[in-house]
Order: sequence, then structure tokens, then C-alpha cells
Amino acid sequence: QSTLVIAEHTNEALTPITLNAITAAKRVGGEVSCLVAGTNCEKVAQELSKIQGVAKVLLAQHDLYKGLLPEELTPLILAAQKQFNYTHICAGASAFGKSLLPRLAAKLDVAPVSDIIKIKSPDTFVRTIYAGNALCTVKCEEKVKVFSVRGTSFEAAPVSGGSGSLEKLSAPSPVGQSEWVGQSLTKSDRPELTSAKIVISGGRGLKSGENFKLLYDLADQLHAAVGASRAAVDAGFVPNDMQVGQTGKIVAPELYIAVGISGAIQHLAGMKDSKTIVAINKDPEAPIFQVADYGLVADLFKVVPELTAALKK
Amino acid sequence: MAAAGLRAMVGVKRVIDYAVKVRVKPDKTGVVTDGVKHSMNPFCEIAVEEAVRLKEKKLISEVVAVSCGPQQCQETIRTALAMGADRGLHVEVPAKDYENLSPFHVSKILAALVKKEGVNLLLLGKQAIDDDCNQTGQMTAAFLDWPQGTFASEVTVDGDWLKVEREVDGGLETVRLKLPAVVTADLRLNEPRYATLPNIMKAKKKKIEVVKPSDLGVDLTPRVKTLSVEDPPQRQAGVKVETVDDLVAKLKESGRI
Repeated sequence: QSTLVIAEHTNEALTPITLNAITAAKRVGGEVSCLVAGTNCEKVAQELSKIQGVAKVLLAQHDLYKGLLPEELTPLILAAQKQFNYTHICAGASAFGKSLLPRLAAKLDVAPVSDIIKIKSPDTFVRTIYAGNALCTVKCEEKVKVFSVRGTSFEAAPVSGGSGSLEKLSAPSPVGQSEWVGQSLTKSDRPELTSAKIVISGGRGLKSGENFKLLYDLADQLHAAVGASRAAVDAGFVPNDMQVGQTGKIVAPELYIAVGISGAIQHLAGMKDSKTIVAINKDPEAPIFQVADYGLVADLFKVVPELTAALKK
Repeated sequence: MAAAGLRAMVGVKRVIDYAVKVRVKPDKTGVVTDGVKHSMNPFCEIAVEEAVRLKEKKLISEVVAVSCGPQQCQETIRTALAMGADRGLHVEVPAKDYENLSPFHVSKILAALVKKEGVNLLLLGKQAIDDDCNQTGQMTAAFLDWPQGTFASEVTVDGDWLKVEREVDGGLETVRLKLPAVVTADLRLNEPRYATLPNIMKAKKKKIEVVKPSDLGVDLTPRVKTLSVEDPPQRQAGVKVETVDDLVAKLKESGRI
């Protein structure tokens, strides 16, 4: 038994969800290898080889892997699979992993399993369906099990103590069907949403994008990340990458503060595994209060600045 | 490829309506679907809207709406026709097989239909809100050997290429895909229209062809078996606090701040 983890990275650094995927791979049992493809990612390969439990790192560097296009990565992973015959292949259930793994699975002629939250045995996984309203246990008897891993459901693997070997892979010929043009990433000095210990999210109740400043001020006091409900994103208050929920990001911080969010099931799907939930909403009937550990029925425009001020003391 | 040479297929899935609170069956085999309101998967609506808009801009010549499942899927196809799709294809899957129909099978069906119909743009929703798999577009693209523009928030036809802006974890990303291609719709691609009464009436006259998976050479042997479906652990509602100071005190007490 052996598992290949497809590493997600920026060429500069490993994306944290890869560490959660490595833990899931270790849970499967057997040897764990990582594949890193990029334009200039030797540093990331070194980083991977030091992760506890990673036996081998496969490194492919080529201009083809600019933007990590699934069309170009798939033939590379298929070549690695042909050579090493893994029983399992996984990645984090991020935009990257979600886009890549089903394509890879189809090419292997197997059905993949998305966004698993638990591994019961090497062929039995638990995942959520209906926006987290049901837990589904599935058995995958495919010759290769291809699965994506929900980051918040597995601890991050320790980044030191390992001594994996490094092996270079050569790039198969280009597919040439797609080109990466560019990206516009949201810049922020705050912690990243999916790995922050404290997350403050705003909803439609914030009324405008400008009013999110109230949340940013509070976030600065708590060293928190700032997220949003779909309603706030759809209304154009904040960019899409801040969306928490069934179709956005899944977060499970130690403290989640929902401000002006009513608590639609699609939003709860993205945050209800948080350890402590605080809800601030002026509507006492808002469903968010049914999952909140501490509820404050109040006008957010009054109490959020008060909370910021109280924390400054 | 001349723009007028573009023909699109759109997948539409019938799912339990997003506003319905689903209930797990006591025997843990699935969720209760009998007597529950069903609608078109919201992401599929966005895909239909995008196809119809491209047709209205005369960038594509025809929009074919496809759904796989039991008889009731024809209602979902009718909705797509009322939104502006030209004709429908219903891939009839009996209820017994439908329980085990996975994105793997649907992708094989879609790939076969794409070839049969000779379309060169496949638009799908990024995920269905029932199984939350987020696989069908990517797998169909692989079966067809086409490029994929997943989680699209903007699609532009540029000669033989498509420019697709994608929603990724850190923000937005732009890729160019050589046609033919698969695109999966994210939430911000557009706002789907409501079908007007005259269009609903017109849709009744549009054709829906029924095909069987076996006609397409697709084997429906189950791939991933569902062992059980259960309720998730429930969170208990906590306490209401009266003031900001109470809240701060509680959070300090529990060590969260």
C-alpha cells in the first residue's frame, strides 16, 4: 500500500492544506510520497522532504507547470502512477485539488471520492453531503483510490523531522490545450482564512463593503482572519475568496464570530465545526443562534466597535 | 472555429430544492426524497443562463439541455427550455439505477452525448448541492480530452479560444482554453433569469428526446458504494449574553481570547 500526495504550492512555499492531506495519507497506511510540479519549486521539494512521514518527493520542474494547469499536470501524474503503482492518490480539497483530482481519476478510469472528512479504512471514507446536513460513509473498491481531503478535518503534518528522498521526474510532452494567463489575488496582512485560529465573518447585515472596516478593526485586535457569507459576496461587499460555506471555504477555527449573518444552512456547512461560535445579530430569531455558543442580540453597528474597544483595553 | 460554429450542451440536475431541510432516512440508506420539493441545481441554472446569453450574443448557434435520471428530470429540462435552451435530451435512468448513479457515470454519458451531438462547448454547474461532489465537469473533460475551465466567473469567446476567469482560493485566475472545452459555473458567473409565462408556454412545444445509457454504451455498474447516511453531530445552542462585556468575559473564561 502506498499513497501519492499531490502538493499544492506557489513555487515559493507549500500551501498549508497539503500538510493536512499528508496526514490523511499517513492515516491510510503504507508509504507516503509527494509530487511537486512547478516552474521553480526546488525549495518546496526540500520543504516536503523534511515533513515527518514523507518517504519520497517527486519533483518535476518545467515551464509547462506555470499556473499548475490540470491539463498539463494530469499526464505527469499518470506517468508517475505508471512507474510507482500507488494504491491511493490524494490532495487537499482546495480549488486546486478539486479541479485536478477528478480529471486524473477519469484518466485512470476510476471514480474519485471528494472532500473526505474521515478515513475508516483504506477503502472506506466519510464525507458530507447536502451542505453538511448528512454524513455519508462510502466504500471505494477502485484499483486506485483517488480522494480529496477536507483540510479542517485532519491535523497538519509536522514540518520537521522527516528525511524523504528526492527524485526528479521529466515532463511528458505538452498537451497545449490551455494557457495560464494570470491571477489577481487578494492581498492581506491578516492570517489566511482556512488556517486562522480566529475568524470573523460578516453577512448582509453589514450593508456595504465599507462597513467591513468594522470587522477588520476587530480582526486586528484578535489577529483574526475575515470571512463573509455568500449573501455578502453576492452583494459585492467583498471578493469571492472570502466566502465561507458549502460552495466556498470550509473553516473550523477555535473561535468563529458571525456578524450580521442569519445562518443559512449553506453558510453553517462552512463553519459549524468551529470550536466556539459567537453570533451577533439584531434578529433574535436568526438561525445562527441555534448553533452559537454565545449569542448577542444587538445592533452590530453599535456592539462591534464596543467589542473592538473592549479588547483594546 | 467561426463563432457561429459553436454549439453548446448544458447539463441540468434535478436536486432537492436548496431551501428544503433534508432529513436522513431512519434506515440510514439515504435522505428522504418522497414528497420533497425538487428544483434545478442552482449551479446548473447559472450554466443554462450563460449558454443562453452566449446564444443571445450570437456567439453560439444552439443550446441543448441534458438531464440524467428518472421521468421527473423532464421537468428540470423544461425549466431549461423555458430559460431559452433550444431542445432537451433526457437520459432515462430507472430509479433503481439512479440511486447508484455517480458523477463517473454521468460524465461517461455526457461525453458520449457530446460526441453524438457534435457540440463543442459543454457548460455545467461546478457542483450539485445534493452530493456536493464537484467532479462531473472535470471528469467529462478528461473523457473527451478537452480542456476545462472550472469555477468560472467570466467566460469570453476569443476566436478558437475561450478566456475563462476562475474563482480560486486566493482570488481570481484567468486561463485560456482551446475550443472545444468544458466550463463549470461558479456563483458569480451571472444571475439566472426567471422563466416568463410566455416562455414556459413556448417551452412546452420544444422537443425532448429520450435516450438510454445503454444506447450510449455506458455501463451503470455502481462504482462507489454508499454504506450509510447518517445525521451529523448536532451543535447545541449555547447561551445569550446581554452585553459586550459579558461576551468578552465568557470568551476569556473559555480561553478563546
